[in-house]
Amino acid sequence: MNPIDKSIVQPALDSFLNREVYLHLETTNGAYAVHSQESSMTVGAYIRNGLISFKRGVITGDGPYRVGLKLELGWVYAEGLTDFEMDQEGQLLLAGHDQEGRLAVALELSFYPFDL
Amino acid sequence: MEQHVLVVFPHPDDETFGCGGTIARFAKSGVPVTYICATLGQMGRNMGKPFFATRESLPNIREAELAEACEALGIQHLIKLGLRDKTIEFEDPEILITRIERILREVRPSLVLTHYPGYAVHPDHNALGDLTIRAISRLSVQDRPIVHAHAFARDCQDVLGPPDIVNDISAMSEVKLAAIRAHRSQSQLLLARSADGHFKDQPAKNSFSHMLKQESFWTYHFS
Repeated sequence: MNPIDKSIVQPALDSFLNREVYLHLETTNGAYAVHSQESSMTVGAYIRNGLISFKRGVITGDGPYRVGLKLELGWVYAEGLTDFEMDQEGQLLLAGHDQEGRLAVALELSFYPFDL
Repeated sequence: MEQHVLVVFPHPDDETFGCGGTIARFAKSGVPVTYICATLGQMGRNMGKPFFATRESLPNIREAELAEACEALGIQHLIKLGLRDKTIEFEDPEILITRIERILREVRPSLVLTHYPGYAVHPDHNALGDLTIRAISRLSVQDRPIVHAHAFARDCQDVLGPPDIVNDISAMSEVKLAAIRAHRSQSQLLLARSADGHFKDQPAKNSFSHMLKQESFWTYHFS
């Protein structure tokens, strides 16, 4: 992955507009957050292969970045994004890594399902 | 002397951090070791330091790391259950118990290493440890292997008492370290922290160097 460049990520988001696309969205503070006393709660959530369609998608902020995808009936939102990668098939990976390089948040879009 | 050791853990690297020295000791003395690894650790947050894995590349990377670690430890037979990280407790238990029971009847281990259900912190650890215990319970009493269960919850000693199996693995520390290094996406941060003294304020029993000297287990007593 590379540090987010909005001038690349914004057109990448636009390439998914008004299509049925697969979404991976997650956030985590680590399965051992409480055990290692990094936090008072272990918190995480993920959606793997949610099927969505959005009519407006924007990346904003000065880094870490935020992304909002406006759906017909709702929103997809992520903050803390720092890095991106786009593959040849057009799969867009956005992730937020902490100072140690650990993944804390991810928002990914794809025209075909993510591997299980 | 054990005849065959069966190791059952959910994530690539559980076998190394928890009992790599113990496994290496058995393998070195000629005891066959079979490892059931349930997932590919797809949802780990460690991506290497500096990070080199992505959420999408992590499973393949961890699968290759696992092969290298098994080679280092002397695990000859690896069975991957193909489950997804963080989901074991939500699967139909009956299907998984049956799969594990079938492997038990085929491998006929004399000893099983798995997580102590309820005292192994990660939900996948607790779930798979429980499924494994339930699978073993289905064998007749004389066919049941001994179970050395790995526990590391903060309260485990308060509830379970001190571990009854304490393995001195200092002769295997280099082998265990090689397996830890093989799991590079998961261990680079730990190794970097260990090198810069990050853990020096922790109790000696939790220290990185202690992990290379001793591994402790509780014999599981079937009710």
